[in-house]
Amino acid sequence: MNDDPKISVRDFDFFYGAAKVLHGISLDIPARKVTALIGPSGCGKSTFIRSINRMNDIITDARGKGTILIDGTDVYGSDTDVVELRRRVGMVFQKSNPFPKSIYDNVAYGLRIGGMRNKRQLDDIIERSLTRAALWHEVKDRLHASALALSGGQQQRLCIARALAVDPEILLMDEPASALDPIATSKIEELIYELKDNYTIVIVTHNMQQAARVSDRTAFFMLGRLVEEGDKNTIFTNPKEKMTEDYVTGRFG
Amino acid sequence: MQRHFDRDIDELKHLLLRMGAMVEEAMARSIRALLERDTVLANEVIARDDEIDRMEIVIDQKTIELIAVMQPTASDLRFVATIMKITPELERIADLAQDVCERAIELNREPMLKPVSDLPRLAHDAQAMVRDALDAFVRGDAALARSVIAQDDNVDALTESSFRNLLTYMLEDARNISSAIRLTFIGKYFERMADGATNICEMVVYLVEGKMIKHTALATADE
Repeated sequence: MNDDPKISVRDFDFFYGAAKVLHGISLDIPARKVTALIGPSGCGKSTFIRSINRMNDIITDARGKGTILIDGTDVYGSDTDVVELRRRVGMVFQKSNPFPKSIYDNVAYGLRIGGMRNKRQLDDIIERSLTRAALWHEVKDRLHASALALSGGQQQRLCIARALAVDPEILLMDEPASALDPIATSKIEELIYELKDNYTIVIVTHNMQQAARVSDRTAFFMLGRLVEEGDKNTIFTNPKEKMTEDYVTGRFG
Repeated sequence: MQRHFDRDIDELKHLLLRMGAMVEEAMARSIRALLERDTVLANEVIARDDEIDRMEIVIDQKTIELIAVMQPTASDLRFVATIMKITPELERIADLAQDVCERAIELNREPMLKPVSDLPRLAHDAQAMVRDALDAFVRGDAALARSVIAQDDNVDALTESSFRNLLTYMLEDARNISSAIRLTFIGKYFERMADGATNICEMVVYLVEGKMIKHTALATADE
C-alpha cells in the first residue's frame, strides 16, 4: 500500500479490569477500502472495532494501551473530542436500533444535535443519506411514518443512513447483517460495496463468506491476537498461517 | 438486483473473449504461414504463444479467487466451471497452432510436395469450428454449440482422407516421406483443434442447459 493508512494501530492492548483481551494489535487500515475482521466468538474483534471510536470508554474498568491513529492523530490523545471522533467514525450495530421516531427524524437526529435547524438543508442531507443507504426509493413517500414499521433490512439501512447523515469518514460495522435474511443481507453487502468509494469501512463478521464477498482486506483474530492480515484473495486462497487456514476451511478446533 | 459479483463475471468473460480472439488469430496465421510457406509469419505465431499462456494464468487465478470469495451457485457456478474448462482448451488450440508453424518451418526447408487438397479444407473447417464455438459461448447459444459438435465427424473424415492421400505420395516416392509425415502431423493438429472446439461446445451446452453431454452420442444429447 502506497497511500498512508486511514487508521493505523500500533501495539494496542485492551483490558477489561485485570483481563487482557487484546494483545499487541498492530494493523493498518487503508482509506476507502473495506477491511473485514473475522475470527471465532470472543477473539476480540468487536472489542477492537469499538476501540477505534472509543465506544469502550463507557464500560467501567475498561482501558486501552498503545496507539490508534486516524489520519495520524491519536484517538486516545488527551485533547481528543470524543463527540467529534464519533461523528467522524460512524457505527452500525448487529441489531438495528432506530429511535422510536419517524424515518425522517431518525436520520435528522445527529444533524439536529449538531445544531442544524434549516429545513431545506436537513431535507437535502436526509434525501442524500437515504439515497446513499439505498433506502430512499422505498421510503420517500412515507418519511414521517415510524421507523419501527420498517422491515429488519430496511431498519438496518436506516441506521446506515443515520450514520451517514453526519458525514463521517469511517464506518464501523459490527455484524451488520447477522440478524437479516439472505435477501436483506445481500442488499447490505451491495451497499457496503458501493459505500467504499466514499468511506473507509471496517466490518466485523462471523460470516466468513460475507467477509470474502465484501472486503478488500481481511484480518483474522484469534484469542485476542491478530493472527494474519492481508489481501482478501490471499487470505481465502492461500493464507500464510496454519491457524488462518484452519479457520477459513472450517477445520477449526 | 445488480450484484458486484456480476462485474467480476463480466470481467472474466471479457478476459476469456480476449484470449479467444488471440487464439483465433494464432490459428488463422498458422494456416496462412502453412499455405503461403511463410517462415517469418510462422516464427511470429510461435513467438506470441507466451502471451496466450500468460492470459491463461491470469484467467485461472481470477477464476479461483472468484470461487473462493463468491462461492458461486447455479448459473454462476456453471459459468465459472465453464470458464475453467474452456481456458485450457483454448490454450491447447494455440499450442497446436504453434506446432503447425513449427512443422511449416521444417516443410519450407524441403522441396514442396504436390498440393494436398483436403488439408486446406480441414484447416479452414477446424478454424470455423473454433470460431463458432466461441460465438456459441458468447451468445449462450446451445443450438449453435450442438451444430459445431455435429461437424466434428466431417473433420475426422477429412483428416483420414488427407492421410490416405499423403500415404499414396509416400508409396509413390520415398523422397516424399519426410514432408508427407510432417503434413500428416499437421492434419492431426487441426483435427485436435476441432476436438478442442467440440469440448468447448459441450461446456456451452452445460452452461446454458445444465446438461453434461460429453461422452454421449449426439442423438441421446438431442433428446
